[in-house]
Amino acid sequence: MRDLKTNYFEDLQLFDNRVQVFWATVLLLGLFALPFMVKSYYLTIVNLMAVNVIVALGLNLLVGNTGQISLGHAGFVALGAYTTVFLLKMGVPILIAMAMSGVVAGLFGVLLGIPSLKLEGPYLAIATLAFGLAVTIILGRVDALGGRMGISVPKINLQWTGLKYDTSLYYFIIIITIIAVIITRNILKSRIGRAFQSIRDSDIAASAIGVNLTKYKLYSFAISAAFAGVAGSLWALYLGFINPTLFTFILSITFLAVVVLGGLGFVAGSVMGAVVMTFLNLQLENVVDIPILGSIVMKFSEMFMMPDGVSNVSWVFTGLILILVVIFEPLGLYGIWLRVKIYWKRWPF
Amino acid sequence: MIVQLLISSLVIGSIYALLALAMSITYKASEVPNFAQGEMAMVSTFITFVLLSTYNFPFYAAILGSIIFAFILGVLLEFVFLRRAKNPNPLSYIIITIGFQLMLYGLAAWKWGSEQQQINLPFSESKVIYQNDAFAVTELNLATIVIALIVLFIVYLLIQKTKLGLAMKACQQNVNAAKMNGISANFIMLVSFGISSVVGAIAGILIAPIITLDPSMMWDPLLKGFAAAVLGGMKSLWGVVLGGFLLGIIENFFGFYISIEFKSVVAFLIIVIVLYFRPSGIFDKHYVRKV
Repeated sequence: MRDLKTNYFEDLQLFDNRVQVFWATVLLLGLFALPFMVKSYYLTIVNLMAVNVIVALGLNLLVGNTGQISLGHAGFVALGAYTTVFLLKMGVPILIAMAMSGVVAGLFGVLLGIPSLKLEGPYLAIATLAFGLAVTIILGRVDALGGRMGISVPKINLQWTGLKYDTSLYYFIIIITIIAVIITRNILKSRIGRAFQSIRDSDIAASAIGVNLTKYKLYSFAISAAFAGVAGSLWALYLGFINPTLFTFILSITFLAVVVLGGLGFVAGSVMGAVVMTFLNLQLENVVDIPILGSIVMKFSEMFMMPDGVSNVSWVFTGLILILVVIFEPLGLYGIWLRVKIYWKRWPF
Repeated sequence: MIVQLLISSLVIGSIYALLALAMSITYKASEVPNFAQGEMAMVSTFITFVLLSTYNFPFYAAILGSIIFAFILGVLLEFVFLRRAKNPNPLSYIIITIGFQLMLYGLAAWKWGSEQQQINLPFSESKVIYQNDAFAVTELNLATIVIALIVLFIVYLLIQKTKLGLAMKACQQNVNAAKMNGISANFIMLVSFGISSVVGAIAGILIAPIITLDPSMMWDPLLKGFAAAVLGGMKSLWGVVLGGFLLGIIENFFGFYISIEFKSVVAFLIIVIVLYFRPSGIFDKHYVRKV
């Protein structure tokens, strides 16, 4: 196993060595065999994870790699979801509708990016946050899109696969997610990705060596928003029914939490963060069913709290996990993974 | 009608101003936009509610109790969480405050449920103090504005006229120089978070009778308060207060004359437009970072 890279093309390769190729193949085969091994309930969980992975990949490009904060990604997801529903109702094929969702969200990303070029810190945070809220409120008032009541998503035609609807939707979402992962990884290895990282590390130095700040910041917003748009499109398909209350400020925060938990600036981090966070959320919503923790929480709840409010424990744990990750492991899950890897490389010495 | 609108703008504006001031105090001390501010205020308001209705405290004792609680909560956030961060940068601080916000929200919803409660303040909404053809002022309106102004004045005195305020300003301008002059920067941070939490808690108690008391009650007001602070310029004390009143006025007048549905949207769109022309808010100087 050789770790040293001797030329640029080795850096561009998707996998560093055969071991990675092996494990990636195992993962892919596992994902494709999954529908034949588990019940369709578990497929929906994986679908949800995959959608979160796509949003996290995009958000991580913006936050982790370019260093711009966004508290309005739920707005882009909403734009993508509603665009897809609108186009599907018009009879447009799903692939084109999905692509259009990405394009629309990306254009709005540029639109938001323009006033945000000069902003930093809390000013950028409030501008993106304002955008996310405004989009959701406006979309919720358009009667053609169902207004406040929401709108049902037409089922797409996947009968040609010869599989059950759930299974074929699962394959559809998984394939898009894998493509998104590869695209993100390639962006980061290219000129654009390096420009992003130079802006994050020092925008003044970046502009001094010839990185066009305006252009690349807008790229970053656009790509990030486009990912969120595609994710929104898939999310709408998976949910089957969308309404404006899905796309709240808390959703934007959850996306940010996913990225931080996974590891800022790493593709693998986005994937890990999305998978773990989705899993944790689903588990913690039914905290009473977890073997030991559940009974402790329930007892505590009976003593001090209201027993019927026990599902709110998920908020407490999510918050606590976020704080602990930032305090003790700034690189997130990916950082933990790196440390474990380095430890085992030299074990037992 | 205009006068009536102006009164309701001032009422909501004074609450936004308090929240904006609370955000500004911590932001000036530590460059942390404290997203947990709203939830801290919400929990403090619930403490007032519990002291009043469950333990039957007299009103002023309950207020005092919740102010002390709010101070401790602010100190707790700084001492237990923010100070422990490894290699801190603005983003990690934001995440910590968001985490704290989620925790407080979860605990409050767990303890008090998500049903809406009614808090009984000694000022009522139905008692009209002054009335003529054009407008009416209720007791609650007047009390909200007066209390908010008193709090703003006290904070002004605290920052401009006391030694503590001087130390706070010194820490904001140059932490290392302040430390060399014998100011304990850690202590100043603690006090800043405590004071800001108290100011936020008062805003929470004042807004509770207007909207209803439930664990998600501060989401919207906090965003408005934050927006007001940004509108005025996070680092300018006068700016954030004026920003609060300005936002209240914009929101109410737009809501009455054009569309009540898009009231919140317009507030936020105006902020994005203002930030495009003045990237550090209306009343604050914009400093471009040097190499």
